[in-house]
Amino acid sequence: MTTATAPAKRSAATPDLSRAALPLRRRAIDLTARLLMVLAVLAAGVPLLLVIYHVLAKGVGIVDLDFLTADIPVRARVAGPGMGPAVVGTLIITGAAALLSIPLGVLGAVYLNEYGKQSLLARVIRTMADVMTGVPSVVMGLFILVVWVLAVGEQTGFAAALALACLMLPVIIRSSEEMLRLVPDELRQASAALGARRWRTTVSVVLPAAISGITSGAMLAIARAAGETAPIVVVAGTVTWTNWNLFEGNNTTLTAQIFKNAVEPFEAAHGRAWGAALTLMMIVLVFTILARFIAGRFAIKNR
Amino acid sequence: MTQQPNPALAMSSKARSRIADRTFWAICLIAGIAVLAILGLILGSLISQSMPAFREAGLDMFTNTRWVPNDPDADGPAGPIYGLLAFAYGTVVVSIIALIFAVPVSLGIALFLTELAPRRVRGTVVTFIDLLASVPSVVFGLWGVLVVAPALVPVYQWLHGTLGGIPVLGRLFGEAASGRNFMTAGIILALMIVPIITSISREVFDTVPDSDKQAAWALGATRWEMIKGSVLPHSFGGVVGAIMLGLGRAMGETILVALVMGSAVQITPNLFAGGYALPGAIVNLFGESSGTFTAVLMVMGVVLFVMTVLINLLARVIVRRAEVRMKGATA
Repeated sequence: MTTATAPAKRSAATPDLSRAALPLRRRAIDLTARLLMVLAVLAAGVPLLLVIYHVLAKGVGIVDLDFLTADIPVRARVAGPGMGPAVVGTLIITGAAALLSIPLGVLGAVYLNEYGKQSLLARVIRTMADVMTGVPSVVMGLFILVVWVLAVGEQTGFAAALALACLMLPVIIRSSEEMLRLVPDELRQASAALGARRWRTTVSVVLPAAISGITSGAMLAIARAAGETAPIVVVAGTVTWTNWNLFEGNNTTLTAQIFKNAVEPFEAAHGRAWGAALTLMMIVLVFTILARFIAGRFAIKNR
Repeated sequence: MTQQPNPALAMSSKARSRIADRTFWAICLIAGIAVLAILGLILGSLISQSMPAFREAGLDMFTNTRWVPNDPDADGPAGPIYGLLAFAYGTVVVSIIALIFAVPVSLGIALFLTELAPRRVRGTVVTFIDLLASVPSVVFGLWGVLVVAPALVPVYQWLHGTLGGIPVLGRLFGEAASGRNFMTAGIILALMIVPIITSISREVFDTVPDSDKQAAWALGATRWEMIKGSVLPHSFGGVVGAIMLGLGRAMGETILVALVMGSAVQITPNLFAGGYALPGAIVNLFGESSGTFTAVLMVMGVVLFVMTVLINLLARVIVRRAEVRMKGATA
């Protein structure tokens, strides 16, 4: 190609493969494409930083111990603290949802990976679990409204926990199955060779081996559930005082309060919304970091 | 009797352990089937609750653009009108805007991660995208309605001023009364669906066989030519699936859109006008509804459920087929 301009050191038969020998047009297109990719990263990164900056800037001055424990003012225009009921509501509703969905999800994953494997039923469940992760949260809220709230006759925290559990279930099934699949078959065979039955093998060998991954997946599901708003608004109603009882009376969460206060025309309500947003992001962040830490610390070595 | 094992006892303990095995299997099976049961129950319960709406308003709901849910004259001849078309329009428009912004950005990030970034940068960017995915949608909504919407009004007014005179574009870029409109909602929604499109596209790009890439390098391709010639043709199906998953997420997103898009029930080509989407309508109107009105909201739920399930199902099938084909190519 460019043998004539090649340095004297090279033999005449070796073409110049250096970058400089590329035609300008090809180099320009390549550079543009690379630039666009970096720009894409910035296009997502800058708004994220802005969100975090605004939540911090407007929330830090508002969140204090009083804010986290005091009751919510009944009238939105009143300035001053109070998201205590929402903090309690978020914790107990998400906690109850975790208690409902994690055992069910892990057992479902055990079925998929230890029993069903590639059978038709297992494949259908797997696909449907994927599909279920795409069901809009507001539809899950309507569903619980119909089958639980209308039957019981009252909007309660437990109804919200049921809706969140339905949203978490497919996420936990899929992530747990992924972790169970990483458990080496040799462990199962060794256990079987010692005469252990299938259920014993599963409970005392397979699950303990995968427990860190399962926990990490569950933490991520909890973090996601804590950020859900629509089902809470539909099935939990709202309160301004702390309600520790999941089964009686309305309840509220940080997300529902952010939603409610964001559309109020009052500065005081906006301030509380920013404070609630900061509190919520802290809760989500704690669970996300916990998940990463557990996954990184106790990971099964990928074969 | 003292030293000899009792055969009957041994049998029974063996039988008991077999029963334990079967019980455990049954519990796991039930847990697995719960997924199918819940999906079936959702469809069944919502449809049964929405029957009154079909009886009273009929299929006219899906073609009517007018929305007058509260009876204008108490016992007069004019009854309430439940036209869902304006809500469906809002959902479709905001989802399309979100995709227009999110798809190039997501594909750019996915290509950056798989083909361009050094290992250390890659880890940082992946953490960043995970962080973006973990921000609750209501926080995006709060940010959108209190910070972004007011800040974008001058931009919209400038766009209206410069493009407003052009025949077709002018209708899209109309007067911007406030920042709470289709465009703002679409832009922020795009941020929310970037993580899911990015992560699926990344998986798809990762399945491109190394031999194909090396063949491109050997022919003297630049990095972009390698991507264009080896990575993209292989990934087309999977990327389409990833985009559809993003679309499903966008259509179902409730709170963000309800907060940022305002609440004007209208069909207008003006992207700078307020609108209303199906999920937002359910959340906002549900409290003041009763009787047929509630049943109409259930119809909205059924429509959303069926549409998102179909889109997700199709997208998963496409992605899986694309991945299987790729694995076949490497083997």
